[in-house]
Amino acid sequence: MPGKLKAKIVAGRHLPVMDRASDLTDAFVEVKFGNTTFKTDVYPKSLNPQWNSEWFKFEVDDEDLQDEPLQITVLDHDTYSANDAIGKVYIDIDPLLCSEAATVISGWLPIYDTIHGVCPQANLVCNIKEQSSCGVKFFCTTSIPRCYRAIMVHGFVEELVVNEDPEYQWIDRIRTPRASNEARQRLIFLMSGELQRKIGLKVLEMGGNAVVGYLQCFDLEGESGLVVRAIGTACTLEKISTFPATATYPSNSSPSKDMKDSPQAAPSTLGCRSTHSSPVHSASSRLSQGFSVSVPTLLFAGMGSGGSAGKEAGPLKALLRQQTQSALEQREYPFFTLTAFPPGFLLHVGGVVSARSVKLLDRIHNPDEPETRDAWWEEIRQEIKSHAKALGCHAVVGYSESTSICEEVCILSASGTAAILSSRFMQDGPLDAEHRLFEEVVSPGCGFCHIPYDELNIPFPAQLTYCYCCRHYKVPDVLFTTIDLPTEANVTGKGCLIQARLCRTKKKAQGEGNATAISNLLPFLEYELHTQLMNKLKLRGMNALFGLRIQISVGETMLLGLASATGVYLTALPSPGGIQITGKTPSDITYEQHISNMQKKINDTITKNKELYEINPPEVVEEIIGSPIPEPCQRSRLFRSHSESSDEVSELDLSHGKKDAFVLEIDDTDAVEDIHALLTDFSIPAGFYSCNTEIMPGIQNWTSAIQMFTSVRVFRLNNANLTNQGLNKIFSDLCENLLKSLYFKLRSMVPCCLCHLNFTVAIPEDELIQVRTHLTLLSITDEQLQFNLELNAETSSSNPLSSPKGINPASSVDYSSFADRCSSWIEQLKLKAHTIRRGSVKTSRSTHKASPLPEGRSRSLRSNRSYSGSSVAVVKMTPLSFIPGAKIIRYLGIINMFFIRETTSLREEGGVSGFLHTFIAEVFAMVRAHVAALGGNAVVSYSMKECVFMENPNKNQAQCLINVSGDAVIFVRESELELTSVQPQSATTQTSNCGEGT
Amino acid sequence: MSTELDVFVGNTTVLDEDVYQLWLDGHTVSNAVRIRMEAGALQECEANAEVLHSDTMDQFRTFQMCERLLQSPSKVANQLLFQIPPHRQTMLIERYYEFDSVFAREVLGKKLSKGTKKDLDDISSKTGIALKCCRRQFDNFKHVFKVVEELKGPLVENIQRHFLLSDVLARDYAAIVFFANSRFETGKRKLQYLSFQDFAFCAGQLISYWTVGAVNNVMEDLDVDLEKEFLHDLKDLKVLVNDKDMLDQHKSLVCAQLRGKIKVFSEMEASFKNLSRALVNIASKLTHTKDFRDLFIDLVEKFIEPRRSDKWTIGDLRLFLKHYSSSVHTLEAFRHQVIWDRYMGVIKSCILKMYHD
Repeated sequence: MPGKLKAKIVAGRHLPVMDRASDLTDAFVEVKFGNTTFKTDVYPKSLNPQWNSEWFKFEVDDEDLQDEPLQITVLDHDTYSANDAIGKVYIDIDPLLCSEAATVISGWLPIYDTIHGVCPQANLVCNIKEQSSCGVKFFCTTSIPRCYRAIMVHGFVEELVVNEDPEYQWIDRIRTPRASNEARQRLIFLMSGELQRKIGLKVLEMGGNAVVGYLQCFDLEGESGLVVRAIGTACTLEKISTFPATATYPSNSSPSKDMKDSPQAAPSTLGCRSTHSSPVHSASSRLSQGFSVSVPTLLFAGMGSGGSAGKEAGPLKALLRQQTQSALEQREYPFFTLTAFPPGFLLHVGGVVSARSVKLLDRIHNPDEPETRDAWWEEIRQEIKSHAKALGCHAVVGYSESTSICEEVCILSASGTAAILSSRFMQDGPLDAEHRLFEEVVSPGCGFCHIPYDELNIPFPAQLTYCYCCRHYKVPDVLFTTIDLPTEANVTGKGCLIQARLCRTKKKAQGEGNATAISNLLPFLEYELHTQLMNKLKLRGMNALFGLRIQISVGETMLLGLASATGVYLTALPSPGGIQITGKTPSDITYEQHISNMQKKINDTITKNKELYEINPPEVVEEIIGSPIPEPCQRSRLFRSHSESSDEVSELDLSHGKKDAFVLEIDDTDAVEDIHALLTDFSIPAGFYSCNTEIMPGIQNWTSAIQMFTSVRVFRLNNANLTNQGLNKIFSDLCENLLKSLYFKLRSMVPCCLCHLNFTVAIPEDELIQVRTHLTLLSITDEQLQFNLELNAETSSSNPLSSPKGINPASSVDYSSFADRCSSWIEQLKLKAHTIRRGSVKTSRSTHKASPLPEGRSRSLRSNRSYSGSSVAVVKMTPLSFIPGAKIIRYLGIINMFFIRETTSLREEGGVSGFLHTFIAEVFAMVRAHVAALGGNAVVSYSMKECVFMENPNKNQAQCLINVSGDAVIFVRESELELTSVQPQSATTQTSNCGEGT
Repeated sequence: MSTELDVFVGNTTVLDEDVYQLWLDGHTVSNAVRIRMEAGALQECEANAEVLHSDTMDQFRTFQMCERLLQSPSKVANQLLFQIPPHRQTMLIERYYEFDSVFAREVLGKKLSKGTKKDLDDISSKTGIALKCCRRQFDNFKHVFKVVEELKGPLVENIQRHFLLSDVLARDYAAIVFFANSRFETGKRKLQYLSFQDFAFCAGQLISYWTVGAVNNVMEDLDVDLEKEFLHDLKDLKVLVNDKDMLDQHKSLVCAQLRGKIKVFSEMEASFKNLSRALVNIASKLTHTKDFRDLFIDLVEKFIEPRRSDKWTIGDLRLFLKHYSSSVHTLEAFRHQVIWDRYMGVIKSCILKMYHD
């Protein structure tokens, strides 16, 4: 069924002067969709043309409708010479294809030119007449979108399409840079349209109606082509249509509507399954020969050997598990790109699984058969699947894939968290009563920590204890995951960002030799990153990592590894022991002293950190430590520098130190340096919190003030012959400095939390390191003030704290201890409030501190006012999936934009920094304008996936590619929602009006 | 190791008001960094020089990018490139157009031309204001002048509408435009003691009472041109000093009012004719462009300086001027009351404003 698309061009404003003689422009517009082009009349001699065109009607195939962008070109009419292009607007009309999303795109859009950037704007209205068939909704959000309910989670969908990169076609030699950039932009538009269409079909086949956690990436393979690939999780979603007054949950609560069944205490007769995973672990590498080397690494503690990992967990497996598993096994890959789950979905977490493989790129000969790339990914996914099995898990959650390309070498990586899921949301999981009962036995606060693997058949050495919450099941001593902290999890204290950074030199090489060299390095790299993470985690007195993201970038002469995660203290897990240093050559007295000094420093730091993060777990009597592991493994050992020291293991003197201490062996100088580095990690300034997950564990008092920032830095390493240590130091300093810069720049906003603080590293050229961060800043109220407000607001409520966690009666289990915790928490809050206030007074700008309201509120008032005042609607952007203090009432569709910008006057545009700064600002502007045109007022789950920057200062040239994505939404502030709760509809229209601008 | 590229961009544009001021003051990045360090910026958040430098660079770059917009403030609100909350937009614009009155004093009455622009380095070294900053201020003056020159209607409102400035600042700009348009002499040594604010006040008076726009709302060209007819009519005031009877009558009226009330009564009484002549002569000469431009120098030379040397206090002067102008109402033979009031109202307040050391 062909679709109909209608477009109308209304006006332009602030156009550039195209005719020097008259200082005016004779502008007209070409509207192109597929192969059909319409033109408006020329509006002579004006910089603010009013075309007010007729409706241009396009009749197109469904396929085109989904693939093609609407292309609007603004030109200056010239009687004698060729018409000059002023710029273009590409509009992705996908959001119009979905009945529930936007119905019209209308507003001022920036006109963009790949050479001149953004300058003027055009206003256009375009709407679609006939609904086309496909109704699959796409969400970048990696959780069930806020105003939907998951009926069914079908599972993994993936697709990739390949093509030749226009930049590398022969024709590129004769066409202008502008033409080449435009060809490339358009091709990528088409490819991502095609990709979405194909994925949409797969989803429909599976019976779903939406893709959640849609992750689309470009691999610019250079000569060998262009790959666009995407993964996601197919779901059947149902819109929650009503706004019950009770639905105004505290902002960061997950939509827990469908979670009526409160978990009864856990008297399960059906044996406690025993598997547990602990998260650290060894890099077991089996390198296959040849150039395509796969480097499987299974993450977790101790020195496990890869061999033992393959076995299925034992026979103790409950019936239920088998059934869920069978449901999952029918799927090719039981993978889920989600990082947050509907309550009751995630049962147990095993640990992080990851796989990497090094490939040599060759030209894609036939774009229609992308088999090679498909096969590569298949290999990796199989690997992941088997790792998960080894951990006794049948599913992988928080799954993501990435690549790093340098010349002809490409590292493919995939990682996720092995987990056991409830069959509740699985299509074919039989839901008879018995199973239901069994499932709900698991208490939500700690259930996910219970080991999913077989206690007697642990895939790696780990230390198990009984859960500190429920005391019924075993838990590991540490837990690493790639998902967000489940909202219902019991956490002690606050969390913090933990990063491990590593840089390794590598010889310049070609072809297979290069690939082999890289794959030889990878396991060590990964192992060291884990060691670092583990040490830093212990140093902060924490026992779990969430949102773990390990990135490995390859360059010609080095490999970079960056792991970021949010550390927390899970109440269910045992308290981490200290770190103990031992020297290898205890003969020297000064050396001994040195070591004891260091030991003292470490202990001090741990104590300090515990205070800082308010980690004071209730003292529990250590009853049973049922470690199945033979004696010498009571302590998990970590070796600095994985020299060939494995045979020395048993010789380590274990006679001193606490039972669960962590031993650091100093066996050479660089270990000493490492420890130094560990200790000198810059501590976060007062008033700041940071994490790389959606929300900061342990903080509830968000205000609605939210801001998003992007930072890009490129460093040149001048001295070519650096040692590994030197490089490491430099790289680590880079990251530290970047963090310091962030804190400094944002100092006027304390107290606040930097959420979703993600680093992306790349090696754009030899000797260059690019570090890109993007983060969102959430203001926290002065705690006491907020606290009082809430007290007043909720006098009726029995519970004084409206914290979304714990208090939410639906999800909290452990009430008794909670009360205690509450009161002590209040004390802490008060203390904290004082210190924070002191901190903020010193640094804050005077301007808006006068307001008696918490900053966020006063700000929101202001922004409301601005609707009437300025003609540009405010559009929020955030990498989070929600907006604190506000309710997302509608998803308008996915934003997925790709821009190229090029300049031949780099110096004149302020050098590389000026050029990129402008470009990023332009990209933001275009995203905001498109969202506003869709009627939205925010982008959630926003991310800048790609930012490829190339420069040639000698020629005064630079080029940059940026890819951004996110979900356009309409949100309403909770305060407004309450006011209009009788008529939510009016709120909607009101907001959308604002969004359209005037 | 060196940083090749370093940018930090917010969805809502990140602006630090202190750094903005440093930028406006025309400091170089390294200068600004030094000043911030001295101001104790390093104490915050464990910053180091590198962090501060990078932050300053970012901010300066942002301001540079905004500058294009700030030159036409009406576009700031509906541009899409920078998302800036309205109150911050207002701050940016207001600060961008703020100027140093020392600088404005130097430029006042000069033609806003390329020639003057060339002299800016002299002004810069004289006032201690960075040349870059002088240029910005000068360009702002010129820009505002150029825009409102062709507009009809009240000057202050036009400035406010096109540049979205606060009332106070718009009035100052009106003064600058007015002076640049009328080219009053302000540079003479004897006028050096007058500040920009003195002149701005006088300009405000002149605009409010003597210009075309002040009397009728007929929108002429630039309403800061003084009303020709009025200036012409001022000649009629001569009768006050030329007509002996009238002069005497006027004098006795004033003396009757002031006797015992001012310390300098006897001097006043003795020199009443000179006093009155000075004021009336200034009025009658205003039709000639040359004399008109000399309005302020005339006021100072012919009236203010002699009073100062006679040690009149400002209170005495105020009383004198009050009764000097009001007692004319009782002169039955004098038929130009309206013109007189319009003239004296302005002259009185200008003199009082200018009467200081």
